[in-house]
Amino acid sequence: MAAQDSDGEDDFVTCGKPLEQYEEGEKAKKPIPLQEQTVKDEKGRFQRFHGAFTGGFSAGYYNTVGSKEGWAPSTFVSSRSTRSERQLCQPEDFMDEEDLGEFGIAPKEIMTTDDFASKSKDKIREKARELASVSAPIPGATMLEDLIAPAKISIGVQLLRQMGWKEGQGVGPRTKRKPKNQNRGGVKVYGCALPLTGSEGSENEEEDEYLPENVTFAPKDVTPVDFTIKDNVHGLGYRGLDPRQALFSSVDMHFDLFGDGSEKASSLLGDVRGSKGRKVGISGQAFGVGALEDDDDDIYSTESMSKYDTVLEEERGDGLFGWTAPKEYKNTKGAVRAIQHVSKALDGFCTAETPASRKKIYSPPDLPRDYRPVHYFRPVLAPGSHSSAALKTMLDSAQKPSPKPPEETTQSRHQLNASQRRELLGETALQGQPTSVLDILTDKDRERIKEVKQAAEQQKVKAQALAQEALKSRFQSSSTAETLSKFQPDAGPVPTQSGGFKPFDINPEKQKRYEKYIGALHQGQKDGLESSLDPTMTEWERGRERDEFMRSAMLYKGTNSALSSRFTLPKHEDDQDKVEVLRDEEGDLNDKASAVKMKMFGKLTRDTFEWHPDKLLCKRFNIPDPYPGSTLIGLPKVKRDKFSVFNFLTIPETPSATTTKCEALPTSSESKPKKTSRWDRSPSDSKDSVGQLVSQTRSELDAKKEELKTPGEKEKPPAAPPAKATAEPTEQVPEEDVEERPSMDIFKAIFADSSDEKSSSSDEEEESEDEAPAAQKESPRTEVATASSSAQEPVTPAPTLPVLPDITKYQEKTGADEEFGPWLPPVVSTNVPGTSGVLPLLSVDEPARKQKHKRTKDKHKAKKEHKHKKEKKKKRKKQKHKNKHRNKAAESSSSGSEESSTGCSDSERAAELTPKELLKRSVIPASSIKEAVTFITFLSSYSLIEPHGCDRSVTRWMLFYGHRGFLALCATDSSLLTEMKEIVSLLIKVLSEEVQFSMKMF
Amino acid sequence: MAFPATKPKPPELPRELRRRLDCNQGAVRAVRFNVDGNYCMTCGSDKSLKLWNPHKGTMLKSYNGHGYEVLDAAGSCDNSQLCSCSSDKTIILWDVAQGQVIRKFRGHAGKVNCVQFNEESSVVISGSIDSSIRCWDCRSRKPDAIQIMDEAKDGISSIKVSDHEILSGSVDGQLRRYDLRTGMMLADYLGSPITCVSFSQDAQCLLASSLDSTLRLIDKDTGELLGEYTGHKNQSYKLDSCLSEKDTHVVSCSEDGTVCFWDLVEGSLVLKLPVCKGVVQSLSFHPTEPCLLTASEGTVQIWTGESQEEESASRD
Repeated sequence: MAAQDSDGEDDFVTCGKPLEQYEEGEKAKKPIPLQEQTVKDEKGRFQRFHGAFTGGFSAGYYNTVGSKEGWAPSTFVSSRSTRSERQLCQPEDFMDEEDLGEFGIAPKEIMTTDDFASKSKDKIREKARELASVSAPIPGATMLEDLIAPAKISIGVQLLRQMGWKEGQGVGPRTKRKPKNQNRGGVKVYGCALPLTGSEGSENEEEDEYLPENVTFAPKDVTPVDFTIKDNVHGLGYRGLDPRQALFSSVDMHFDLFGDGSEKASSLLGDVRGSKGRKVGISGQAFGVGALEDDDDDIYSTESMSKYDTVLEEERGDGLFGWTAPKEYKNTKGAVRAIQHVSKALDGFCTAETPASRKKIYSPPDLPRDYRPVHYFRPVLAPGSHSSAALKTMLDSAQKPSPKPPEETTQSRHQLNASQRRELLGETALQGQPTSVLDILTDKDRERIKEVKQAAEQQKVKAQALAQEALKSRFQSSSTAETLSKFQPDAGPVPTQSGGFKPFDINPEKQKRYEKYIGALHQGQKDGLESSLDPTMTEWERGRERDEFMRSAMLYKGTNSALSSRFTLPKHEDDQDKVEVLRDEEGDLNDKASAVKMKMFGKLTRDTFEWHPDKLLCKRFNIPDPYPGSTLIGLPKVKRDKFSVFNFLTIPETPSATTTKCEALPTSSESKPKKTSRWDRSPSDSKDSVGQLVSQTRSELDAKKEELKTPGEKEKPPAAPPAKATAEPTEQVPEEDVEERPSMDIFKAIFADSSDEKSSSSDEEEESEDEAPAAQKESPRTEVATASSSAQEPVTPAPTLPVLPDITKYQEKTGADEEFGPWLPPVVSTNVPGTSGVLPLLSVDEPARKQKHKRTKDKHKAKKEHKHKKEKKKKRKKQKHKNKHRNKAAESSSSGSEESSTGCSDSERAAELTPKELLKRSVIPASSIKEAVTFITFLSSYSLIEPHGCDRSVTRWMLFYGHRGFLALCATDSSLLTEMKEIVSLLIKVLSEEVQFSMKMF
Repeated sequence: MAFPATKPKPPELPRELRRRLDCNQGAVRAVRFNVDGNYCMTCGSDKSLKLWNPHKGTMLKSYNGHGYEVLDAAGSCDNSQLCSCSSDKTIILWDVAQGQVIRKFRGHAGKVNCVQFNEESSVVISGSIDSSIRCWDCRSRKPDAIQIMDEAKDGISSIKVSDHEILSGSVDGQLRRYDLRTGMMLADYLGSPITCVSFSQDAQCLLASSLDSTLRLIDKDTGELLGEYTGHKNQSYKLDSCLSEKDTHVVSCSEDGTVCFWDLVEGSLVLKLPVCKGVVQSLSFHPTEPCLLTASEGTVQIWTGESQEEESASRD
């Protein structure tokens, strides 16, 4: 009855709570408002719906996942003060009591799982039963049943029992015939069964036995196949060495003691079966056949007690019953055969009937006869440069002199010492105790050692050179010979010892080679150049150096005299052969500008760079570091070879030179296309260029400041546009030792001043643009005056405010004053004469200055008249021309290129003009622009700049500060002064026609 | 039965002069709303920074400590701090309530044109005439900038910061966007010196005004030009521009004393609001309401839409 009831109930599946019965006449209950539908945990705390784990209710600390301490676990121990021992964290460490509770994800209490719960696992059924028991005539009857019921019998066993099965028997219908046969017939074969083995025959022999008619047998119990999980990484079938097996005696052990042959027993004891007649000794599956053993009888066998007869008259099957798993049940009688069989095939496998086709093995290819299994890397870097750099830095920083002569460049890395490797890697030296005996030596001793070394070196070089001469002459292209012959006749008075001038002083070896070459040249040796080159260098490098030597010899032939001797060499040399350039290259600005003009924004105007934000910045922005592994910050830079200027200068009739150029140029031009374009275009607003220059200089100086201790890591990359027969030797030009960097405004001011002098070679546009700043610079007073009269000048009575010059036109404003970029609107229009803008920085002759003033005033007026941009531009051009003619005398030196430039009466101007011209024509690679600027600054400082300190504004002050600082530098730092001189001398040498002016100046 | 949705009102433009603040601090170099638009900062050329309630017209505090004129200011997200930058090359972090200097960041080589907080106000990002952008940490006491971005070839005129990007406009005509999330720097060349940049509300577009009297709306992802807005005059000065509160309009100062409003989509000049005779230098749009602050010469003017004015009038 109850069962029926329960059956009836069974048909329904109930979900959730049943609705309460609605009684008639009762008022509808008010639904519980949402805020009162609360859930409490076991401690009575309210739980808010959380939507996460634990049934969607709050977890952790007040609905956070953290704890009271925040993210840090309460066991957190700061490693700063006390090292906390590393502890392995279990998942349980991160669980709270709810997780470990009854309904958590990892319940801790011991409870019966469903598998073992009871025979009736069906919850619904159970419930139904409960209900039934309540409604049953004898209440509680089923409860009794529950009490009696054994806790753990699986339903299968229960069913079997009901079907009459007894433990120990096999499953299946009882058989009349021999159980074995019955088994065999009854066994369904899944998959591939083992083929009938020879064991069958033996069984057939035993068939003549007494068989009672009416006796039925239960089928044989089957030992379930034991699938042991492979949980190690050993090979299949591997078993480690069992010490018992190894150490047990040669006793023929036949463990027949365990009658049931259960796996358990055997596994408990371990497999102690020794092979028959085996000697004592270590043997196991891990070991192969010993030398003294004739045969390894059973390599892959798995022993078990079930291999042995344990029951009389027990029928033997293969025990697999269709499983193709490892055999568990083995025939003892057929042991020998089995063993033989097993030795052929693994357990569970059988030998194939048809042997698998052999894999064809192809013989390896024949090596060519002259093949040598060694790869030679061509030396990429000029080997001398590393060691020389090493030597120099060592000597300079008074660390330890290199124990080896720097000429040993072919040494392998094993021969390098730590410091040399450090130099190669570009690391800085450790500051600390001297590590070498040489450190203790006095400077004098060191010098002596160095000299001795160098002498030895030189001899070595000579010997090498001689030895390689023949070799080289073979490789020497005829073109070089031609150029040599071409070049040498007009070499003229080549300096014997290259005078005091050392163009490659930065690289002692190179300088040495150069001197050698000069010497050879002087003696009229034809092959002097070749012999003086470093034989260890690559052909390409040699070609480059050859060109450099030739050109420098040509350029400096006349300058060995008193002039060069007047200047000393710089103290600090910048010894880098490499420059850092942006890895992601910027597109050409000209292209972009044209794209902008066509309003084709997008891909054409966009540059994408990889940019590495600082880790801290990412942290502050709450953003994962996009480059977690990288230590780089900012834009990735790539080190590129910095070539000397000579690479970019061509002697047109030199074929080898052009090839060199071709090789050199792509790298350089692509390394900084930006800069070339900047100077090439001499941009639409000169202010921009100044801004760029300034920013560049500034960033460089900034960078240098940081690396002041290790001098000169950065230098401007060469952005040399090719094809000018003038040269400015960068390699030799030292970087200034900047303690206080010259203000950017100096440069600007000077540019603005010098921009008055125009060269007709530069295009008109840029001239007109360039003049504007000059106008601003020269006559700020007038400018303010005129500006105040303009209608756009807002009139605001704020007389206390500092005056900002009002420039209403962007074009006018460009480059003017200290302002960069857009201006701030003016505040007052009142003209305060005392706070006028920058007065002419150069104490030019009064008439000249006045003339300038006049001119700029004119210009300014002209500009004022024309509101429209383009119109104005045109007009200004005209105006410019007029002015030019008018001021011909003043700027006489401006016209023409430097080759045709006429002698200038005004020495100071000429001196200014020269670098200006250089800049304009981009003759000087970018790396030397700064030097040019310093040069200009230097010149202007020599022409006695008077600092005007009238304006208290910060920027103005900065300008003067810059001036003062610079002057102070000039005055105090003699090394800088000499550097300046060096630069000047170089420039003079490069542009020989300007020498006279500079000579005047000095 | 649902009522038909009310017809969305056309976006209002702040065309009514609501109030005029005489700042008394020289030229007002910049006026900025705070994060919720209830207060504003004015940067004076007399070295002072002032905090106002523009809606009531009261000055709340004056912050003195800069050595030269203040050029830009920003308020932190929790209104507890201000940062301002100045021609004296420093950036000052102010405590709003006490008016004290919390930090003074030095490092720029020139005057600092613009300053911004990041979203959490843990970093101050400044752009200077020295062509570098520097990120200053407000949390640690380190005097050095966290990172210096000196990719610009000329002065930085404007900076905006989103949750993961730093947008900068430079006088070299490049719009540079540093994306921290992807670790990229994207440079868009606009050809003319950029005076002001801003993000749109949906962070999909960038607005850049440049000295060729043009504002350009640039697609952030591709760099393509979405719109150009002309009609105002901006050739010399660093003038502000922005988008209206709902990105419906583009607003820019002009040198002819007006503030110009363009329809963002159509690109048509909708309104030319005459503000003063001189140059309108700075403006700031309320983050949520059609309310505009303009700074010209020494005064700040508050402009609101008509309805808002009515509202506030009724409130008064």
